Amino acid sequence: MSVWIAIGVTTVGCYLVKLLGLSVPAGVLERPAVKRLAALVPIALLAALTAQQTLSEGTALVPDARVAGVGAAAVALLLRAPFLVVVGVAVLVTAGARALGA
Amino acid sequence: MTQQTGIRTEAPPRSDAAVVRDALGVGVAVGLSGFAFGVTAAGAGLTVLQTCALSLLVFTGASQFALVGALAAGGNPFTAAAGAFFLGVRNAFYGLRLAQLLRLPRALRPFAAQWVIDETTVVTLAQSGRRAARIGFAVTGATVYLLWNLTTLLGALGASALGDPDAWGLDAAGPAVFLALLAPMLRTAVERAVAGLAVVLVLVGVPLLPAGVPVLVSALAAPAVLALRGRVPGLPKTEPDTADLPDPPDPEDPPHPLDPADPGRGGADGTGAVGGDGARTATGGRAGTGRAAAGPETGAETGAESGAETGADEKEQVG
Repeated sequence: MSVWIAIGVTTVGCYLVKLLGLSVPAGVLERPAVKRLAALVPIALLAALTAQQTLSEGTALVPDARVAGVGAAAVALLLRAPFLVVVGVAVLVTAGARALGA
Repeated sequence: MTQQTGIRTEAPPRSDAAVVRDALGVGVAVGLSGFAFGVTAAGAGLTVLQTCALSLLVFTGASQFALVGALAAGGNPFTAAAGAFFLGVRNAFYGLRLAQLLRLPRALRPFAAQWVIDETTVVTLAQSGRRAARIGFAVTGATVYLLWNLTTLLGALGASALGDPDAWGLDAAGPAVFLALLAPMLRTAVERAVAGLAVVLVLVGVPLLPAGVPVLVSALAAPAVLALRGRVPGLPKTEPDTADLPDPPDPEDPPHPLDPADPGRGGADGTGAVGGDGARTATGGRAGTGRAAAGPETGAETGAESGAETGADEKEQVG
């Protein structure tokens, strides 16, 4: 049940912010402080999510084969690989590292 | 100055077919990664129905991965939804830009809204003219929506056949998606500082706080860095054009964080690279990067001539 609650809340929230952007008159969200925060908050969240999902398991820090996979994805990004390749590299390297016993 | 001639001229209006090709390319590449989402969600314990509901209804990848990750870690539904929601807030700012380009009739907006995501924004912003923008938006939106949902279903169904998704390395798909979205946003010192602080906060928080909460706490890195900038060496008070949105990530050709300059933000990056603290803190506000004329003058007052001048110089080259 709690999963459905989470899905419902996320659905409503994410849809409303999408609609908000299309509907409000330009200028309302254009204040510099708002824009600056709006640009930086996703950066903080994405960085945190990358670190958390690479290094933790539940509430413990457990570095494992994912570190190798995400590291390889970072290299792929530096080499300007397309999105799908970046994700593919991460998956394959993680699987490989795990098969080797990492 | 020699660069002046090397700068790309304004792209001529492109044919509808070319716009469609672009849109399809992005749509296919991103739509396929729905498979990774389907497998990840199923591996996190969601049913096939729940997994598909997320892709159909939420339809913004980063939020979906975040929600599933938080639920898998045992977070309560509201904390998990909050993290997903905050990630989705960026779509409101994409919508602002798109509204001006697309000029959709009021009645269409509630339907178009569901497609306001990273990929449609990238493709739409790249077009010149309303017709091309609308085609780009519609084709990218339709392609991503269709493929994302189809591959989500396949991933969710296939997850049981795969057995343990971790053995296939699929637990690395989520963080790789986040990293791919993040990389093009890290252009300035301020942006990198926010990312770095967020990583520290979340890693400190994971063992101490309930699941899902550390990611929310890490969002505080944004206001914290904004409050600190100018007071800490290396954190310039002015951040070039970051008052604007980060360019939405382009899955086909991610703008590179190490790029010397690209035409759109060249002036900003140029100043950032050469001015160091001098040029940027000296000019205060956004004048230094926005107007070349203001750079050297304001910089001179505080003795940062060389930095500011070089900044202005580069600005002329790109401008």
